[in-house]
Amino acid sequence: MNPLQRYAPLVDDEEAFFAACERPLPSVVRVNTIKTTVARAREALDDEGVAYEPTDWHPGILKLEDSSPGTNWPYFHGWLHGQEEVSALPAIALDPQPGERVWDTCAAPGSKTTQIAAMMDDEGVLVGNDNNLGRLSALRHNAERLGVTNLVVSNQDARNFSMKPYGERTPERDASFEQFDRVLVDAPCSCEGTCRKNPDVLDEWTMNHVKSVAGIQKGILRRAVQVTKAGGTVVYSTCTFAPEENEAILDFVLEREDCEVVEWDVPDGFETAPGITEWEGDEYDPSVTKARRVYPHHNDTGGFFTAKLEVTA
Amino acid sequence: MSDDTAPDENWGQQFDRLPPTADDRVVDGRPSREEVIDWWDERFGVDPAVFDGYTFWEKGAGKIWAFHGEVVDPIEVEGLGMRILRTRQRHWKPSTNAVQRFCGDATRNVIELSPGEAKAFVDGHDQQLDRWEGDWGYLTAAHEIAGELEPLGVGLYLHGELRSTVPKGRQEDLVKLD
Repeated sequence: MNPLQRYAPLVDDEEAFFAACERPLPSVVRVNTIKTTVARAREALDDEGVAYEPTDWHPGILKLEDSSPGTNWPYFHGWLHGQEEVSALPAIALDPQPGERVWDTCAAPGSKTTQIAAMMDDEGVLVGNDNNLGRLSALRHNAERLGVTNLVVSNQDARNFSMKPYGERTPERDASFEQFDRVLVDAPCSCEGTCRKNPDVLDEWTMNHVKSVAGIQKGILRRAVQVTKAGGTVVYSTCTFAPEENEAILDFVLEREDCEVVEWDVPDGFETAPGITEWEGDEYDPSVTKARRVYPHHNDTGGFFTAKLEVTA
Repeated sequence: MSDDTAPDENWGQQFDRLPPTADDRVVDGRPSREEVIDWWDERFGVDPAVFDGYTFWEKGAGKIWAFHGEVVDPIEVEGLGMRILRTRQRHWKPSTNAVQRFCGDATRNVIELSPGEAKAFVDGHDQQLDRWEGDWGYLTAAHEIAGELEPLGVGLYLHGELRSTVPKGRQEDLVKLD
């Protein structure tokens, strides 16, 4: 069975939803403002004869008309990074500021991490963590190519992430800290939303996998809230439509940790749907409607889920 | 664990912050912050103010990292900012990524390459370039893109030849875009 059938009751236009999921995804790059400006990157692409179209919601996110343009100087210089359009959302919801302390819990291979670094003007402490050493080397390669210098690369299990390396138990040391201003949990998930790029995810889909990954998601999001200061922000995102991995995770953590779901500013011109409060007999906290669902037919992107939490104590 | 390391040893598994000046040096052979900033100024004319707000670290013998923030010293993590320089050898060697990041406004030891030379350089080829009349040693190789000169990486200039030091992984970046 195609697991996407489960979500037919959730979408506004079933036919458009299934049709969009069948289409391949356009190639998209993000301009890396650590090393250049949007204007200069676009000029370089023009000079190379690479055709592109800016997205109507973000001037620095460009859709390429041909995905393999050959020799590409702006890419070599680290001016561009291949990043799925919809995956630019969580960093926008996180809204990191220069000089802050930010933790990206599941950072590799680093598209969102490097976007966060750029939004911080490459200044402050950005901890890019991943539990997989192989994937960490991809994060490091991307960060270096993009010229990121405010990144701490970390290899821990995010569910029991230790603040000890940062001086949690030694507050007398200079520059020690025990909490972050902002944390991004871009969680491992069943990835149904990436089916336009990788249709295999639908064949490999099982309910058992959803259940096991939900346990990991709960653990990571709880730890994220615990290490964020009061008044700070935690963003939870996935590339799945499964409520078991989205609203259910928020509901679980809202009951156990000091936090609340808040609205976030979706860019103008980008269509989203609210989080849902009922699914297969389960009910979720009403505030999860403030989370945003993205369906592929809305903006011709992959599928996505993004929620913003404020930590209250 | 790091706690067992005497303060005067270099320990390969952690990042140790560079002393501000040579007078503050405790670990033998470790360069100071001042020496590192002076090196970029003397070699490439990089304005020392570019490094305001940066902290400098050593992990493993001679590998220097620049980090645009503050963390505890020492710190045991996998990476801290960017590898910028290899020291503890006669000629300090800058990294490709650091030259791209910090030498955009370099005023010294920058060799401008033609489009064909730039392509060959990035592909890792060594080239005979007798026109260079400046210093031997590590140069910033640059080319024009979008109307301005932009650093490509580090070339080692010896006996009329510019040797490319662009790492294999970065050579592939010229054709990859998806």
